[in-house]
Amino acid sequence: MTKHAVAAGVSALALLTAAPALAEIKIGASLAVTGPAAFLGDPEAKTLEMLVEELNAAGGINGEQVELIVYDDGADPNKARTFATRLIEEDEVVAVIGGSSTGATMAMAPLFADYEIPFISLAGAVVIIDPVQEFVFKTPHTDRMACEKIFADITARGLSKVGLISGTDGFGASMREQCLAVAGDAGVEIVADESYGGSDSDMTPQLTNIAATDGIEAVVNPGFGQGPAVVTRNYAQLGIELPFYQSHGVASDEFIKLAGDAANGLRLPATPLLIPDQLSEDDPQREPVQGYIAAYQAKYGETPSTFGGYAFDAFHLLLDAIERAGSTDPVAIRDALEATSGMAGVTGVYSFSPEDHMGLDLSAFRMLEIRDGGWAAVE
Amino acid sequence: MSELLQFIISGVTVGAIYAAIALGFTLIYNATGVVNFAQGEFVVIGGMTAAALIGAGVPVPLAALLAVLAGTLAGVLLYRLAIKPARQAPLVSLIIITIGASIFIRGAMQTLFDKQIHRYDGFSGDAPLRFGGATILPQSLWIIAGSVAVFGFLAWFLNRTRAGRGIRATASNRLAAALVGINTGRAMNLSFAISAGIGALAGVLATPVTFTSYDAGVLMALKGFSATMLGGVGSPLGALAGGLLIGLIEATTAGYVSSDYKDAAAFVVILAVLFVRPQGLFGAKITERV
Repeated sequence: MTKHAVAAGVSALALLTAAPALAEIKIGASLAVTGPAAFLGDPEAKTLEMLVEELNAAGGINGEQVELIVYDDGADPNKARTFATRLIEEDEVVAVIGGSSTGATMAMAPLFADYEIPFISLAGAVVIIDPVQEFVFKTPHTDRMACEKIFADITARGLSKVGLISGTDGFGASMREQCLAVAGDAGVEIVADESYGGSDSDMTPQLTNIAATDGIEAVVNPGFGQGPAVVTRNYAQLGIELPFYQSHGVASDEFIKLAGDAANGLRLPATPLLIPDQLSEDDPQREPVQGYIAAYQAKYGETPSTFGGYAFDAFHLLLDAIERAGSTDPVAIRDALEATSGMAGVTGVYSFSPEDHMGLDLSAFRMLEIRDGGWAAVE
Repeated sequence: MSELLQFIISGVTVGAIYAAIALGFTLIYNATGVVNFAQGEFVVIGGMTAAALIGAGVPVPLAALLAVLAGTLAGVLLYRLAIKPARQAPLVSLIIITIGASIFIRGAMQTLFDKQIHRYDGFSGDAPLRFGGATILPQSLWIIAGSVAVFGFLAWFLNRTRAGRGIRATASNRLAAALVGINTGRAMNLSFAISAGIGALAGVLATPVTFTSYDAGVLMALKGFSATMLGGVGSPLGALAGGLLIGLIEATTAGYVSSDYKDAAAFVVILAVLFVRPQGLFGAKITERV
């Protein structure tokens, strides 16, 4: 008998004893870990895995360990639906987190009403919670709220005539529609409306037209990926002096790196995740935000993204609901979830109700300005 | 008036990028008749390598040189490992092989580099130059100069050098070329090397303006290929003219009509041209003798 065999035997024994004999709470997730929406699903999956590990190390919830089952749907709605069915029927989970994208979320959503399993989506669009579906919740704010936040800031500056330059990708197109829809109520007038393709490398013609529009006072760029960085560079290249707004779609340090000095002075609505050190002592989000960033950095050696934050909130909302329900009955968890009130996450402070399954208001968005290549809160 | 000037500058900037990519298609097509769908990936290899090296503190000229060499190497490997073993296969199979190669290279770059978007500063800074009420980035001048230089090189190489004429002879009839003593294998190898090098150079020059990421090659190749078709496949002058024309159509449509129709306008023009001149603006008319 060699040393190796002894070692193997010992570790096998260790595994056996470590494996919890008590009942497990199974939580499922279908996320776009790879594929075109991997920038969403990758940090989301990492966040969930980290949180489950932490939780189990601390003794689990209600004395039970939690098992997380993650499937990679690659943002494909068909796969998402298959995985959701598998999670519910074969894995017998008590709740599902996921749907990194709106498409995947909407494909899965009808299943949860059929099987009466609570579901927390991490996707943005307003259609997920409007109209409200009994078993479907979501954590990110909507693009409609981003428009309202931006317009509120514009009117607070005493301006009203706005030019839009939007990406033609799903995110840009959807946010453009929402901005057009809420403009009237917000007291702003859209005087220019231009678009660009996601991989375009020069937007100076569109910006030239916007800058030449009569009476224009501010410019908003709903978009995602590299497009907004190109727009920002072109904006500076043309020397346009109007107040410039980006969306929460580019709220990351990556954007500042790509847009460079041209980004200084622009504003965007974002979660407090970008300004952990600027949150005041009495800010309810201070603790979750700083805790999440520290834990994520310690485990993965990189700063967490806004999207990982959505998963962080979804997991904590679910834990909180399971704790309060005191049972693992899916319907009881759902009821507890809907009764969530004033729970501070990293994205915002959540209060669900039968009419509101997102539970955030405009205060969840902080208006940030890029100054000297860093983020600063606008008061 | 300054608006028109700005639109033209925008069109020329974007057009020069398309042209630089389109020029890469010409040589491989000239040598083998293959439209190389991995051409966009060579552009990305150039851009990503340069970004990684510059990020690591390598001086820009050296990083650019190494990036072009990396692209060239990738081209040679593509030929040696994928095309050469299958060179008896019909043309369509070879084209499909290049599609496979492009998917493979994309995957390899995703693991070798990362999934982030990259850029580095323009070679002569990022402060825009102003004239006549319009602005242009100094990097755009680099791209334009690069495209024109590559065009000049190709025109000289294909018409004035023994190796270049060998490449054209290989394309026109591989068997006949071999019979008159041309090393057709070497000619094809050379065409892949130079094409890939040109692609990588386009990536190195364009990245400060267009940015780059592991999957940026697909759309770049699409636009470059459109430019090639418009100008005439295999003609360096056609690639240059086609690229600039598409850039100008896009910019003026976005400026004067609507930015929503920018891409559509370019493709309508391409279709219209191909109806009248299927060989493209500057393509040689091919008559097959039976």
